[in-house]
Formats: sequence, structure tokens, C-alpha cells
Amino acid sequence: MTTTATNELFQTEKEELISGSEAIALACALADVDVITAYPIRPYDTVMQYVSKLKADGSFDCDFIVAESEHSQFEIVKHASSVGARTFTGSSGVGWFYAFEAITVTAGLRLPVVAMVGNRALDDPGAFGVEHNDALAVRDLGWMLYWVATAQEALDIALLAWRVAEDPTVFLPFAVSCDGSFLTHSQAIVNVPTSEQVNKFLPPYDRGKLQLHPDNPITIAPQVNEDWLMEMRRQSDEAMHRSVGVIKKAYEEFKEIFGRGDPSPFVEEYMTEDADIIIVGMGTLALPVRVAVRRFQEAGRKIGFVRVKFFRPFPTEELQEILTKCKAVCVVDRDYSYGAPSYGGVLFTELRSALYPMEKRPLMLNFIAGLGGREVHVTDVNDMVDIVQKAIETGIIEQEATWIGVRDN
Amino acid sequence: MSTVAVEVVYRGIFQRTLARNIVRSIVFAARKEGKIGTAFGRYGDSPERNGIPAKQFAVVADDAEELEEVLARYEPTEVDVTINVDDTMCKGIESWAWYGLQPINQLTKPNGTLIVTSRQDADSLVEDIHQKDTPFDLSIIKSTVSFSGLWVYKDDHTDARILGTLCNVCPQLFSIDSMLQALDEQGNGETKLASAQKAYDVATIRTVEPGEGNSEVPYKFELLGWQTMEEGLVIRAQGKGGGFRGGDEGFQPDRNEVFKKYSTRSMRPVINFETCIKCTLCWLQCPDTCFDITPDGLYDANMESCCGCGVCEAVCPVPDCVTMVSEADFNDNSSQWEAWQEDKPSYQQWMTALVDKQKAETRTHGFHHVGGYTEEIAASEDA
Repeated sequence: MTTTATNELFQTEKEELISGSEAIALACALADVDVITAYPIRPYDTVMQYVSKLKADGSFDCDFIVAESEHSQFEIVKHASSVGARTFTGSSGVGWFYAFEAITVTAGLRLPVVAMVGNRALDDPGAFGVEHNDALAVRDLGWMLYWVATAQEALDIALLAWRVAEDPTVFLPFAVSCDGSFLTHSQAIVNVPTSEQVNKFLPPYDRGKLQLHPDNPITIAPQVNEDWLMEMRRQSDEAMHRSVGVIKKAYEEFKEIFGRGDPSPFVEEYMTEDADIIIVGMGTLALPVRVAVRRFQEAGRKIGFVRVKFFRPFPTEELQEILTKCKAVCVVDRDYSYGAPSYGGVLFTELRSALYPMEKRPLMLNFIAGLGGREVHVTDVNDMVDIVQKAIETGIIEQEATWIGVRDN
Repeated sequence: MSTVAVEVVYRGIFQRTLARNIVRSIVFAARKEGKIGTAFGRYGDSPERNGIPAKQFAVVADDAEELEEVLARYEPTEVDVTINVDDTMCKGIESWAWYGLQPINQLTKPNGTLIVTSRQDADSLVEDIHQKDTPFDLSIIKSTVSFSGLWVYKDDHTDARILGTLCNVCPQLFSIDSMLQALDEQGNGETKLASAQKAYDVATIRTVEPGEGNSEVPYKFELLGWQTMEEGLVIRAQGKGGGFRGGDEGFQPDRNEVFKKYSTRSMRPVINFETCIKCTLCWLQCPDTCFDITPDGLYDANMESCCGCGVCEAVCPVPDCVTMVSEADFNDNSSQWEAWQEDKPSYQQWMTALVDKQKAETRTHGFHHVGGYTEEIAASEDA
């Protein structure tokens, strides 16, 4: 069991002008993370740069290991976590994919590693801009997945991540997804809490009887066959079920201690009351969509927005309740899934599945937008809403998935 | 509602820290007056390349919702103030983020301000700056252009002088007192605060009227769509090239039609064809294959491809045969060899004058600067 130190840097609450990545690096210092591993790939590397700076300045003491590849990077934190160290790591795009073997075993071994994914398009072509496919690739593996929208949220959710992941009833890894560029390279005013507040919220990581230690001789990760595996999978499934309650409780405490947060940890609702059309999306897409929604509302149009924050565990009940009240749902995917049902995106496919059991099902249309870091403008949102509005009026969906903002020549 | 957006146009790597200091200080100063703000570099410009024009922005608003309105577009569509920290970019810029030339004042609002650090006078700069349909103000900070490296910062107070000037020309942003307070809190010493105050006190503007300035139509390119683009991420190679200007003699490589390096340069080589010994070193070492081989076996730097790195000057064994000269001294990209052919005495006179001027001004660019510290330290120790 590790102890949490009180860092002199965080005696009083203060404001910093920092990026989402830098906010997460500060969260690492606040949470007194023991082992951090790094391997450079943009946009994730903005985190490791700031962690190095904090360490070099003497503001933060941790084992900071720059590995020789992403695979080792994720292997090291996995092992560190098994001996009871609080850990942090991260990557982007194909770097995240290079670590994939380590990523799957981390979840399989129920190790509460926290990772930041600086969302980046997958190669080829080499591109730096945001797409959500990198982080989404772990959706089936037992990683909790969260998409943040602001630098403040990045700091807050990183703290929540250790709290939930390290809960003995959960013990699952947690990925904090940050849109490349929009979050990783933009500096905003962030309220940095005190060590005292964080220590109150975040107990030390205690792996208990699962800790690998000479005084607690155990073997981890034996080879198994069909006689064992299914029960193990079922345990992980149950842990993910249990995480829902843990997240709710932790978030309530978070709001109490830090004095900020949304009503729900899972989704953010924006002007959804009596909405005819609800736009659904993740991450920094919220910015142009909220502006578009405000303008629609000013013009008397009932358009709302729901930002899906947790993708795993998927907020099924919340979304069923919100979305069955409207006439049509406009899902914006910053990802692609070639050959998926209706050629739709990942979020769309999941959402449609979540709404299938409902008695009153809204029309559902999908828009693939903002790939590779392309901006989604207010005008793009207007175009989507126009298409959805037409479907409501005619009752006919001409095309379920439409690419927006792509050069069609 | 009042939001103010400021952009800093700078040369990648060499002026990155300078740009960052400026945009961050703007947000800090605004914070002193209870406003909210954000500072960011344009992701499309990064990772930055040496000398390639790039941008950073600061946006300040009264509250979070107003800020969101502006940031609904990541890159603002217009700015109240454009700050250009290298006067050679007044001719326009082509960055990693787009194809084609963007006038330096493209985002400057009607009646907005363009701040330039330069030793040139207003008329000379206006000659370079593209015309606009609306008036804008030009404010010049008399200064040698400030260059440094990625890991080092030459703290010559350029940031403080720009910030002081900004408070004068854009009073709706914040007061000079708020800026001085912000600079103080960031750990800047008294002399730096004094530089900001002085720049504030002496700042002047010159209004540039609609239609005044450079009448050139900036070059641009049409981007292919998904139906016309080649599949499989294939890019066709350039042809090998052939004789000089299509003739039988000499050689010039085929060049990319949609990627020109005009605005990458802050300096360009001028060549003394009469002292050239045809050693081939400039032609071999040029990383951008910019030298055309003339029919008489000389080497003519082609400005379509030259990025201004100065390698040719560094490898040339003949004194003053290749000299890097400020881009500000040129208004076109024409061939030096052709000019020399046309009128040799005039060319020699023009070339010698430029070289002498360069020596007197000691204008540097980032590439030079990286290696220039040893000499600078030695000079300061002697003094």
C-alpha cells in the first residue's frame, strides 16, 4: 500500500493557464502517482513533457521511465500496478495500437492503470489530428473509457479515474480520452485543487491480497483453457457492472469536495428539455454543437445536445431515458467503422443498439464528421440538423449515415 | 458582448517561445481585469519546421459562453490584432496548415491593427503587404527581428515591447497597468516592465487605406476531393527534369506545382557568378534541389524551391560568392543568372550593394543564430 504525500506545490487552490495534457500531468502530481511511463507520440507527448518538467523542477517525485516502445511502456505500468504502485501512462493513434498486447492483458489482470489517450488518426496516412478510433479500439476489453471536453474536465476526470479504477470492487484500467489539438494543445484557465482536497477524495491504492509481494506469495496470469477462462471473463464483466455504482458515488463525493461537476457523471445534457432533435457526440465536439444549439433555441427551434462522457461503461439507461423523449437523434461520430451496420460510426451503432428495446424509438441518423482533426463548424451542425428535420417531416430516412464536411469533388 | 482575438504570426521553431510568451501574457493580463481567455497554437502548423510560418492565438472574452462563441471555430475567422514578428512575412505566408499564400493581414478585421517588428519604414512595408478592401492600422516596432532556437530563448524584450504596443493600439483588450502587473507576476524584471511601458508610450499607427499596398493576387490551389484523388495514398513523383529552361544545355529538375517555398525564407542567397569556381558544392548540398545548372555551368538558385537555410553560403569555398541576404530586399522571385546575363555591370553593382548592406546590418535568421551564440558570447565578454 502506497501513501499519498502532500505536495508543497498544491497548498492553496490556484488558477493555471494550461492545456488538457498539462492538466492531467498536474493531476498525476496531485494524486502522487508512483510510476509513470512514457514514449513520445503526438499529441500524447504533451503530457510526458509536462510530467518531465514537474519532475525536473523538483515539484513532483515519481519513477518516470521513458521506455523504448509503447509496448514496454504499457508493460511496465502493468507490472508496477500489480505490486501496488499507482500508475499513469498514455499514448496516441498507432502508438496505442503498438501497445495493444499489453493493453489487453492489463484489463485481463484487473490492474487499475490510468492512461491518457491523446486521440489521433490512425496511420496511414500519417496524420496528427483527432479521430476517436484509437481509444475506441479497447471498448470490448474491460477498459473504462471517458471522453473529456475541457482542460478542467481532464484534470478532474483523471482524479476520478484513479478513484474508480483502484476501487477493490472494480480493479479495471481507465482511459481518459482527449481530442488531439483541441485539448492537448490549447491552453485554458484551469482551477487546480489543493493536495488536501485530493487526499480527501482519493485514498491510497491498496491492492490488498492481490498484491504481488514476497510477503504475499502469489502467481499472476497462469495459462488456462476452456475450463477456466469463461469464469474469468464473467468476473471482469461483473466488475464493469459494479463500476457504475462506484462511479456514481465517487462523482457525488467529487462534487462535494471540489465544488464543481455536472448532474450526471455519464452524460452532459444541454437544452434537451422538450427537444425535437437531440444531437449526440463526444469530446470537444461539444463546443461548436453547443453554440449551434444556442442559436437554434434563440430562433425558437427545439434542438438539444447530449455529450456522452463515459463510453465504457456505456450509459444505457440515461440515454434511453433522454433520447426516447425526442423525435429524432442526430449522432455525430468522430470515428468510422467501415462495413458496420448501415455503414454508420461506432457511437451510432452502440446507441441504436441501446435504444432497440425501447417501446418508443426515435428516428436515428448518423453523421461522420471531423475526421483527422478537421473542424466541425456551426454550419456543419446546421446541415446535419436540416437533414434530420427533413426525415422528421417526411418520415423517411434517405440515408442513415452521411459524411459531413468531406470534399465531394 | 466583447471578445478580442489576437494572432501572432511567427517563424516556426526560431520564434516559437516568443509567440508563446506573447499569447500567454495576453490571457494573464486579461485575467487581471476579470476576463477569461485561451491561448493556443495552430495544430496544423505543428510539428513546427525551422522557419516555416506558423500562428498562435489569444482569445479574450468577458465570460465563458462568449469565449465559446469565438472558439466554435478553432482558428478565429478574424482577429482584432495581427502581430507579425518577422517583417519578411509581410509578403504573405504559406504554412503547413494550408496550401497557397495567405496575406499577412488576411484575418485582420476592418480597422484592426497589424503590429510588425521591423527596421523598415511604413511605406516600404506597405509595398509588401497585400491590399485589403477595408482600412487597417499598421504599427511598427523599430527593432531587429528576434530569432532564437527551440531550446534557447533570446530575451531581448521583443515580447515586452510588443505587449506594451498592443495595450496602446488595442485599448479594449486591457490597460497597460494590467499588462505590467501580469508581466511582473510572471517573474519579469523591472527593465522588462520598463520596455513594455516605453513601447506603450511611443507606439504610433499609420492607417493603410483600402486599395493601398501590394496588388498581387496570392497564389492558391484547388484541393482534390475523394472522387478525384488517387486511391491507395499514392503520390506521383516529379519528373526528372531536363535542360535549363527546356533547352538542350544545363539542367533543371521538375518542380512541384503546388508546393512553393517563397514564404519559408527570411533570407535568400545572392550569387556572384563572376567569382564562382563551379565546384558544385552548393548544388550538391542544397537540401531542396534549388540550384538550376545554367548552360555555362553556373548554379542559379531557383526561388520556387529555396527555403533560405543558408547551407549554400556555408559550403561555398569562395569568399562572398554566395551571401544570404534579407528577404525584405526583394519584391519578386526572378532568376539572378538571367539578370546577370542581361546586364552584367548592373547586376554586379546591385549584388555588391546588397552584400555590403547585409554585412552592415548583420541580419540573421534562425539557422545562423543557432550557431551564432558562441560568437555572441565572445563578443559580449570582450566588451
